[in-house]
Amino acid sequence: MRVSTVTVADVGFVADCSGALFWEERSLLVVSDLHLEKGSSFAARGVLLPPYDTVATLSRLAAVIARHDPRQVIALGDSFHDRDAHARLSEPDREALTALQVRRNWIWISGNHDPALPPSLGGVVATEVAIGPIVFRHEPTGAAGEIAGHLHPKARVPTRGRSIERRCFASDGERAVMPAFGAYTGGLSIRDAAFARIFGSPGFMAHVLGDNRVHAFAATRCY
Amino acid sequence: MSTLDLFSVPPSETADLLPRRFRDWFASRGWSPREHQLALLAKAREERSALLIAPTGAGKTLAGFLPTLVELAGEPGGSKPLRQASEAAVAADPRPKVVSTGRGVRRSSGLHTLYISPLKALAVDIARNLETPVAEMGLPIRVETRTGDTPVSRRQRQRRYPPDILLTTPEQLALLLASDDAPFLFSSLKRIVLDELHALVTSKRGDLLSLGLARLWTIAPQARAIGLSATVAEPEQLARFLVPQPGGESVSADVVIAGGAAPPVVEMLDTRERLPWSGHSARHALPEVYELINRNKTTLVFVNTRSQAEMLFQDLWRMNDDGLAIALHHGSLDVAQRRKVEDAMAAGRLRGVVCTSSLDLGVDWGDVDLVINIGAPKGSSRLMQRIGRANHRFDEASRAVLVPANRFEVLECRVAIDAIAENAQDTPPLRTGALDVLAQHVLGCACGKPFLSDELYDEVRTAAPYASLARTDFDDVVDFVATGGYALKTYERFARIKQDKQGRWRVTNPKVRQSYRLNVGTIVEETMLKVRLVRSRAGGSGSTGAIARGGRMLGEIEEVFIEGLVPADTFVFGGEVVRYEALVEDQVYVSRANDKDAKVPSYMGGKFPLSTYLAERVRKLLDNSRAWNGLPDQVHDWLSLQRKFSRVPAARELLVETFPRGGSHYLVCYPFEGRLAHQTLGMLLTRRLERGRARPLGFVANEYALAVWGVGDLSFMIRHGKLDLNALFDPDMLGDDLEAWLAESALMKRTFRNCAIISGLIARRFTDEEKSRRQVLFSTDLIYDVLRKHQADHVLLRAARGDAATGLLDLRRLSDMLSRIHGRITHKDLDHVSPLAVPALLEIGRESVYGEASDELLAEAAEELVREATT
Repeated sequence: MRVSTVTVADVGFVADCSGALFWEERSLLVVSDLHLEKGSSFAARGVLLPPYDTVATLSRLAAVIARHDPRQVIALGDSFHDRDAHARLSEPDREALTALQVRRNWIWISGNHDPALPPSLGGVVATEVAIGPIVFRHEPTGAAGEIAGHLHPKARVPTRGRSIERRCFASDGERAVMPAFGAYTGGLSIRDAAFARIFGSPGFMAHVLGDNRVHAFAATRCY
Repeated sequence: MSTLDLFSVPPSETADLLPRRFRDWFASRGWSPREHQLALLAKAREERSALLIAPTGAGKTLAGFLPTLVELAGEPGGSKPLRQASEAAVAADPRPKVVSTGRGVRRSSGLHTLYISPLKALAVDIARNLETPVAEMGLPIRVETRTGDTPVSRRQRQRRYPPDILLTTPEQLALLLASDDAPFLFSSLKRIVLDELHALVTSKRGDLLSLGLARLWTIAPQARAIGLSATVAEPEQLARFLVPQPGGESVSADVVIAGGAAPPVVEMLDTRERLPWSGHSARHALPEVYELINRNKTTLVFVNTRSQAEMLFQDLWRMNDDGLAIALHHGSLDVAQRRKVEDAMAAGRLRGVVCTSSLDLGVDWGDVDLVINIGAPKGSSRLMQRIGRANHRFDEASRAVLVPANRFEVLECRVAIDAIAENAQDTPPLRTGALDVLAQHVLGCACGKPFLSDELYDEVRTAAPYASLARTDFDDVVDFVATGGYALKTYERFARIKQDKQGRWRVTNPKVRQSYRLNVGTIVEETMLKVRLVRSRAGGSGSTGAIARGGRMLGEIEEVFIEGLVPADTFVFGGEVVRYEALVEDQVYVSRANDKDAKVPSYMGGKFPLSTYLAERVRKLLDNSRAWNGLPDQVHDWLSLQRKFSRVPAARELLVETFPRGGSHYLVCYPFEGRLAHQTLGMLLTRRLERGRARPLGFVANEYALAVWGVGDLSFMIRHGKLDLNALFDPDMLGDDLEAWLAESALMKRTFRNCAIISGLIARRFTDEEKSRRQVLFSTDLIYDVLRKHQADHVLLRAARGDAATGLLDLRRLSDMLSRIHGRITHKDLDHVSPLAVPALLEIGRESVYGEASDELLAEAAEELVREATT
């Protein structure tokens, strides 16, 4: 696998094609918007989505953790789809999650979907975390040195003969918005005005998640 | 309707079947009843269901309704008049029939006859036509329609005071059956008339209708069906649809075939111009098409796709110096607009209508004297039905001119004309009922009245498409409707239907019922995007300016089409050439392009592939060089050159050519199995070639051929035994390779989306309350990915695979082809492109080109950017 890099405030992060960022120096892995139990959240409202999203998301999370073996993990908000979602975790899923936390600093950043998480989930709950020059929070403000989630960026890239739409990191070197990691998370086009507001100009990059690597495009090339 | 008596029916028999009032009415119009009209009366009297096969203009509709009219007239000629007592009362009193359950007052009966049409416009038109005999004979009959447009107040009234005859659509029937009133409405039903049955049964709407019929047979066992159909390949099979299928054996309704229609006169345009090698516009022949319109009174010009219709319409008007009244009609046009065209047509104000399959069915227009079919006929039955739209006078020949747009289409037109001369039909066999439609029906049943699984299973199997439904499939569908059908039983508390103490399934809450009503039906519209006109971003590609928002709304376009474009591509929309700028959420931004021609013809082949039958005839025609004499000289020469430079494929073999060209290496094969099957073959072949290190880059498929190209020298590889064509085309590609491809296939995901919507997993229409909660959209692609990985045998995936056999992936046909050519591959190692390969190669750059490996495409796109930026 070729290593791709997303730089924020002079810190180079490994951009994993699963949608996670890895800060090697600090042994820190960041994932955003897991939206666990989104399936059952819909089911409660009568839309009987397959109840496998949590196990799918957690197994992808386990794979990326196995790849980088981080000492610290930050889940950058909206880790659970709704306030009660953590209570609906199945026993095997809860155990899988606990197993991932063993010997790791685990930080839950709270998001708009999961503003209050119980201590029983393990790890620490925070609204934001600053490490060196970097601030991790759920909703992007556009501040320099910020890594956020919330917006679920995706990009459509023109290639020969057809276009390909994928999730992506959005970054201009000073700040970054992470793609959603959850199996049932949709996306917002990086051409949406929300991104222009954060980056102040259309001159940012989309780091598009390929099957085995991450590809960088000027956001203006995407649509 | 009819004008002439072609048959001599003994007067005594006529008198017996047709009461005096009716005979007089026929006579007053200068008509006498046709043999098939009387035959249907006789079937009705014998309490038999019947399928009437008749060409357009044969008085088919009247034939279908005569038994009803006679019975309701209370005449002795009809079968046992059920309602004579109330009839007199209705005749004397124009008020609605009295409804009372009180003792001594006769409870008003419900419907007598139910008419189902695939088009609501047709239902409305038939209702209007029925008014004439009803009024002129003074029959005490109330006729009403019920469609999506019927006001709520009228719908409610219809349920309380049913008319004698109700004309409606399959979807409305499903809704009525899911209501509490169903037993009251339908228990007195005597006759069911199914119009354009040949068209209904080929789709999931037919499945839905068959399940509705199965319900009706339970509620009204006395009801008999009359099917009205154009000519089909297997009438006996179609006739199964009309009668309850007893377990195990197959039974059919009686078949009545109307004879006597004059055979159509069909010719191929022998163009004065040079015949194009490829393309579908037939632009070379436009002056000749225009001349034909000018020489005839009213011409229908059929094309295969919406965008073709748009382009042709635009081109015809460009040369319309005589100011002929030429109109446009296709399914994406506004309904009011379409109706206007239809009305102008009916009033004889139009000289020509450019149309798509939107006019394959529908209201009769008497005065069409010519049908022009532009491009590939696709199937002989299909073409015959289109041709039947010309000259609805049954006894006069319809006239049609076929205009092939390229050389391959000349072959197709030639064999289609031969097939028509032999009256050879190629309608598809009756469908196997889809499981997603069954899921919708099961929920509908629960919405009506609680059901027992055993009883409903037996009832469902009386429907012909579901006659061999396995009990396990049925149970899985019920489980799906209840809790999603997941192996993980976590949704019990969210169940939509639950069993009561008696084991009857009932709906758990009124919202389920509401959602069912909003989402009934099997027609899944394409996701449409709004098209807005903005100013062009200066500087062409690579510009950095933000997209100007807002802009004038031009209309809506299919998302699938836009996904195939890259910015700066031009295409025709709403009659003008526009440039694609950007896609933001559900808005497509375009600017006005000054180009005369659009870069992207957006042909997309139309919905239907070349029929297996015509494909076989094309292969035979190629194989028989003596028959080439019947072809235009240009085509004859083309085939002769092919024979000289390469080889003309024999009827049963697969010809594979390899050659270098412009730095790439090509493999072109000629299965003649239609674009959809070729596209699937292309996807699978490129996977295999990739594994065989042949480094394929892309492929293009048309109806006749498939061309793959890449970096590796395929000729060299074949010559040196590094690539074995028999292994490459081995049917085992439908195993693991197919599975791997299906995991990511966009076509499979679209197929799955349709199943998810029809089955009711995902709603497409929402109550206001739900909308406000913003739970509106959820990508079915994500569901597909997760479900495939975690429960690959889920009933919805099975439904999607069932669809893939015949739908967008056409797997069954591909599979048949691979078995047919197994061990019969002929390879030609050429120095350069062959005459037969030219059309396929010319389509590269015009048609969508597919490549598999997303990473490679993304990397290539990224590198291109670097190159642009550094040079």
